[in-house]
Amino acid sequence: MSAATLYGLCSAVLIGLGLFGLLTHPQVLRKILAFNLIGTGVFLLFGIAARRGAAAGFGGDPVPQALIITGLVVAFASTAVAVSLLLRLFQETGRTTLPSDE
Amino acid sequence: MRLLLDGLTILAVGAGAFFFLAGTVGLLRFPDTLSRLHALTKADNLGLGLIVLGLLFQAEGLFAALKLIGVWLLTLLAGATVTQLFARAARNGGSPE
Amino acid sequence: MALDIFLGLLVLGLAVWIVSTRDTLAAAVEFVAFGLVVTLVWVRLAAPDVALTEAALGSGLTGGLLLGASTRLARAETATSGERHGAVLRLSAAGVCALISAAIAALVILLPEPAPTLAPEVAANIAATGLENPLPAVLMAYRAIDTLLEVVVLLLALLAMWSLAPDHLWSGLPWRPDAVGRDGVLTFVAQLLAPVGILVGIHIFWIGSVAPGGEFQGATILAAMWILVTMAGLRDMPPMSRRWLRVVLVIGPAVFFAIGLAGFAIAGSFLGYPPSYAKQLILTIEIPLTLSIAAALALLIAGPPERAAQ
Repeated sequence: MSAATLYGLCSAVLIGLGLFGLLTHPQVLRKILAFNLIGTGVFLLFGIAARRGAAAGFGGDPVPQALIITGLVVAFASTAVAVSLLLRLFQETGRTTLPSDE
Repeated sequence: MRLLLDGLTILAVGAGAFFFLAGTVGLLRFPDTLSRLHALTKADNLGLGLIVLGLLFQAEGLFAALKLIGVWLLTLLAGATVTQLFARAARNGGSPE
Repeated sequence: MALDIFLGLLVLGLAVWIVSTRDTLAAAVEFVAFGLVVTLVWVRLAAPDVALTEAALGSGLTGGLLLGASTRLARAETATSGERHGAVLRLSAAGVCALISAAIAALVILLPEPAPTLAPEVAANIAATGLENPLPAVLMAYRAIDTLLEVVVLLLALLAMWSLAPDHLWSGLPWRPDAVGRDGVLTFVAQLLAPVGILVGIHIFWIGSVAPGGEFQGATILAAMWILVTMAGLRDMPPMSRRWLRVVLVIGPAVFFAIGLAGFAIAGSFLGYPPSYAKQLILTIEIPLTLSIAAALALLIAGPPERAAQ
């Protein structure tokens, strides 16, 4: 088993853990944290695809790596919007859990 | 010469790792925030300094060595600042544990 | 290999800890540590540019965002910190997640050998872009349309965040903790570190053409320095209605788009570069792009307006 496959299995578990956290925490901030875990797992999958594509003198295929960088920036942007939505919810209702999760 | 440099690196990095271990044990075992910060600063300053010293023996060229020392100084600055802020918050009214 | 096993177990252990811990602030702190360990994983996967971006954006800026939110919500979070759903829901969720993990793990094991790769094509054409680091070549030349749309997404996220402000605060200032003031330590560090940080940020942006680095990593460091200066109370965030702020935000993608349109005339396709001055064109795009991304990232961390401007 190569290092890339090892990290691939690691990313599979990460996605499962993140999904579990997203489903079972009523607090919205914990859901955002778990969502970032899922994102990291998916980026790791891209990363192992890049590592397995090492050729032509590069340590890894640059195209999936560029996609990861793009994904990281977009994940940060969506986390920022999600956090500001949560803070607005807190200002309007004084709660940090969604109503249907009570 | 190569052997001497590698031996010195292993010695210094090992000593640095020991200080990091001591700092972590202090973090886990000390009772309150201020004493934990005290333990962590030992890890930060001395531990990282020894590791950087060990890596200096492996650096290729003056510029890489200067960058390593720059990393150490910046980490010192950040660590000292955060320690001060934490200690002030702990003294003023309880930082969240 | 042993190091990879150790790092993998560390990543999984931190993730389990994040999902299962009771206190939200602790979970946010653990997330920052998790991001730093994932940075090491990126280095092991031979992706140093991604490692830089993960350390700066994924761990640093996202961690700062989540830490700030969890301290602002501390009272409400501690009131609900022990709440969980019922055991039945959690067991069935665990079952579904285990199934999904197993499916993805099977996918990973069944990946085709030899792995398909685009690295030879990247290496064959990189001389035409004038760059040596393959990642900026992919980001700015081969897949430049993705990078342009990515920056537009950043601006759209900023708009979405700003639209959360109530009407009367539309040209106001973002939230600031009451205790910010001339606190000696933070002010001293901000005055000392901000010039060094700006220099490091510009260096990382500049070196991106030959070594790991690039405009996203450099822009993140510049944004972090701006945030540090506002946190220390040395300067306030500018109100979002300032014209110069909006010009800085828009100029990056505008120049990018303009050079893209010019590509029709000089190279025959949208965002095409003629090989003789490809590097100069890429540089002309990257400099305003770095400024725009830095401004957008700093404003995304600062948040929507919540105070009236004086």
